[in-house]
Amino acid sequence: MPTVLTYSQAYREGVAEEMAANEKIFIMGTDIVLRGGHFAQVFGLGEQFGASRVRDVPISEAAMLAAGVGSAVCGMRPIVDLNFLDFSFGGMDEICNQAAKMSYMFGIQVPLLIRATNGIALGGAQHNNVIESWFAELPGLNVVTPSNPADVKGLIKSSLRMNDPVLFLMHKALSGLRGNVGGPDDVIPLGHANISRSGDDVTIVTYGVNVAKCLEAAERLAADGIEAEVIDLRTLYPLDRETVVESVRKTGRAMMVDESAAYGGVSAEIVASMQEAAFDYLDAAVVRITAPHAPVPNSPALLSAILPNSAAIEAAARKLVEVA
Amino acid sequence: MSTSDLAEESSVAAPSAMAPPPEVLREWLGAMLTIRRFETECVRLSFAGKIPGGIHSSEGQEGVAVGSIRALTRDDVVSGTHRSHHHALAKGLSLRVVMAELFGRDDGLSGGRGGSMHLVDRSLNFLGSNGIVGAGLGIAMGASLAMQMQQQPFVAVGYFGDGGANNGRVWESINMAAIWKLPLIAICENNLYAVETHISNSMAGESIAARASGFGLPAVTVDGQDVVAVYQATREARERAIAGEGPTFIEAQTYRYEGHNVGDVQNYREKDEVAQWRAERDPIARMRKRLVDDAMLDDAQYAALEVAAEESVADAIAYADASPWPTGADALTTYPTNV
Repeated sequence: MPTVLTYSQAYREGVAEEMAANEKIFIMGTDIVLRGGHFAQVFGLGEQFGASRVRDVPISEAAMLAAGVGSAVCGMRPIVDLNFLDFSFGGMDEICNQAAKMSYMFGIQVPLLIRATNGIALGGAQHNNVIESWFAELPGLNVVTPSNPADVKGLIKSSLRMNDPVLFLMHKALSGLRGNVGGPDDVIPLGHANISRSGDDVTIVTYGVNVAKCLEAAERLAADGIEAEVIDLRTLYPLDRETVVESVRKTGRAMMVDESAAYGGVSAEIVASMQEAAFDYLDAAVVRITAPHAPVPNSPALLSAILPNSAAIEAAARKLVEVA
Repeated sequence: MSTSDLAEESSVAAPSAMAPPPEVLREWLGAMLTIRRFETECVRLSFAGKIPGGIHSSEGQEGVAVGSIRALTRDDVVSGTHRSHHHALAKGLSLRVVMAELFGRDDGLSGGRGGSMHLVDRSLNFLGSNGIVGAGLGIAMGASLAMQMQQQPFVAVGYFGDGGANNGRVWESINMAAIWKLPLIAICENNLYAVETHISNSMAGESIAARASGFGLPAVTVDGQDVVAVYQATREARERAIAGEGPTFIEAQTYRYEGHNVGDVQNYREKDEVAQWRAERDPIARMRKRLVDDAMLDDAQYAALEVAAEESVADAIAYADASPWPTGADALTTYPTNV
């Protein structure tokens, strides 16, 4: 019988399995021992593994990330839990200038995993920056953005076996999402997109929280005979361009749904990849549905106005397939 | 590795603090002379266009690097700053390979991918010079965490300057080392100038060491121009760290003879000030006098140390100059010695 867990619990289970298998893995984060992090993402692991391997840190992002980099190059496999990706700003140098560069410059492995929540939810502008594209474009970093519990577990397990830095980004709005997860040996390698739904009429590329919205739209489209292919990128770096391009060559029509702004966002890279590799196959210009180039508001009334939703995705897809 | 490199031969801790034997003290003097020769040649070679990207000379600060690193073993980690040639050479990195890296050549430490501010030799536990102020201390702190968790009897030394002492990440790391009692030695090389800003214009409070003592760890001030004093302070700090008593903060008061970087016109300080430090507090001249006064060194021995320094640096320059440039394809490959 398959195990059903939430998105958060899937992370905890994956981490616990890997920690049991490899004593070099340890976790640093604020309020991590008793509370299990701000999303209870490792609740119980403090008790299970003890205060050395699950350790509370002061609110010192630079130091916790430096502790991660330094310990990673000296034999350990740290997980630095930032809670919110926005808090990376306090330790940006350690991520981008130290961890990301060592493999290239020195041939040194840096098995550092940085876990954070990403994406847009309530809480206002300072807790909801959508910046995964920043890290994805910086050479030397891997960026993982799972959309469901099974992928969380399979991807955290492979991420914890990587020898290079990984940002493991879990969307806030998905924390309570329930679903089947794999067993201890079910590992999902980085760089493999998932075709969440097959279809011949239009390609919809997305990741994270928007996968479910795209699938919702696809079901309504299917009722009218429009078959959308929904591609969940799963990891933004490495990026599975092949799966994306192959789909576009099949459907000839494509769109990208993304919470990062269109300007320099993930969608910009996807659209560029499509036109580079599949220009002659495209029957229409690629459409982007993204959040606007603006800070994120707090009020739900304002928030709903800026987020991609399944109705907008559906409408855009219909328009796209109508292009001659 | 060239025989002229400054590596210590064994992982055994250095001799006792109180009375290092004459041959050890002469080796320290020779190491300082070699570093000085290396740095003065680097300045010349930068102006000559041989060192792309330039360097930050550590001339004047040799006593801090040699004194502190001679108190360590090979297994101890050292992590430095943008001004770290002296740390690298004291830790035993090959003069040839470092010089070739400064030249941007294929035989350099990282095959030209790094340069002066990115010198790392994992096999010697030198975790680097570092282009970002305060970042090297953080890496040393993380290394000391790994040592503690793996119950290794090693320490990590992180260097930073008076400029770094005004950077938040330095104090974040010192706080973390203090709460976890990490085997970290934080050494502030206070050379009075952060680029061209004098410490009197940038530093509130009594002193850098006084700031550090607020974090509840031993914070000592030493004369960085006295190599033996630096050695003793570092050795005590190492013993404390190995005993599980946690980190130590050392403020080494020192001075750089050159500008911040090659080409710095230095209109922020008087020439007399530099001359006075050279004349009165030079770490090499003081060590030489001390050894002569104690009948541990004669003129012939000193001359031999000078010649050895000149020859080893000349050898390194010749090696670097003869090394081929890396090919363009190398730019897209990771440095190939994963360790």
